[in-house]
Amino acid sequence: MMRWPRAFGRFWYDFIVGDSIVLAIGGPGVLAASYELARSIDQAVLQLLLPAAVIVTLAASVLWRAE
Amino acid sequence: MTGTLILVGSAFLASTVEMVEALTIVLAVGLTHNWRTALVGVLAALIALAVVVGALGPSLVNYVPIETLRVVVGTLLVIFGLQWVRKAILRASGLKAMRDEGKLFEQELAELEAIPVASGVIDWTGFVVSFKGVFLEGLEVAFIVLTFGANSGRFGPAATGAGLAVALVCTVGLLVHRPLTRVPENAIKFTVGVTLVAFGTFWGGEGVGVNWTLGDVTIPLLALAYGAAAWLMVLTLQRQSRVSPVPSGVQQ
Repeated sequence: MMRWPRAFGRFWYDFIVGDSIVLAIGGPGVLAASYELARSIDQAVLQLLLPAAVIVTLAASVLWRAE
Repeated sequence: MTGTLILVGSAFLASTVEMVEALTIVLAVGLTHNWRTALVGVLAALIALAVVVGALGPSLVNYVPIETLRVVVGTLLVIFGLQWVRKAILRASGLKAMRDEGKLFEQELAELEAIPVASGVIDWTGFVVSFKGVFLEGLEVAFIVLTFGANSGRFGPAATGAGLAVALVCTVGLLVHRPLTRVPENAIKFTVGVTLVAFGTFWGGEGVGVNWTLGDVTIPLLALAYGAAAWLMVLTLQRQSRVSPVPSGVQQ
């Protein structure tokens, strides 16, 4: 009876977390930060800041594994 | 037109990678159990995937507000795409072993040969292995088709790309009867991952209040920036890995 919910949970865990918790937290974190910044900083700056933050998140996850 | 081509191309490449992985399992079932079982498993999994996309697709578009959809889909695409890019970077730089379809095929064959074949038209174990292989690999494709379709408001381009990939891999698999070891899986994963992150950033950004000045043109520009950054990471890690030994073995 518990096999399906467990399998469902495991599927979503593998899908979202996979083998990098940094990306699972960093991806949504970057968009949440952009939501906050969208009202307080210039749009032109935000358009550069968002992709830059995504690249930093990727680099952090790669370095985490590389070490 | 360019946006449609990117949608079709991304879905096609992503589906090709997943279907090549599924083909390895289906071939092993066909060779060790029987072909009828393997093909019935494939057919059942494709029907199940079509039902998932058909049932969820219209519901997402009709009942979920577009702003919410953009944030949720954008976030998922960023996470999912970054996972693919990260894995491709680690493999390209030698920090993670490349996926070897040939070795995985041999392993799968050995495991299935140990299981006795049931008499009858359909061998249940073979069916389950074949069904699970195609369904689980296909779920990632279904996710891409759903997210791209829901955000662009058109499921046709992404579904067409996925369908073409399924047809191509099935045809080649039927002709050669061997796992497709020559498909440049890591390069494809790198390209698709970068594209997924670009779409995710664009849609997720729109959802949280970013007004992209260049509109849709931003997507290829984001993909180029991410691709360049990822390539720089590969070069940096390759330089570092010359000092430390390269791991070996088969990766899933």
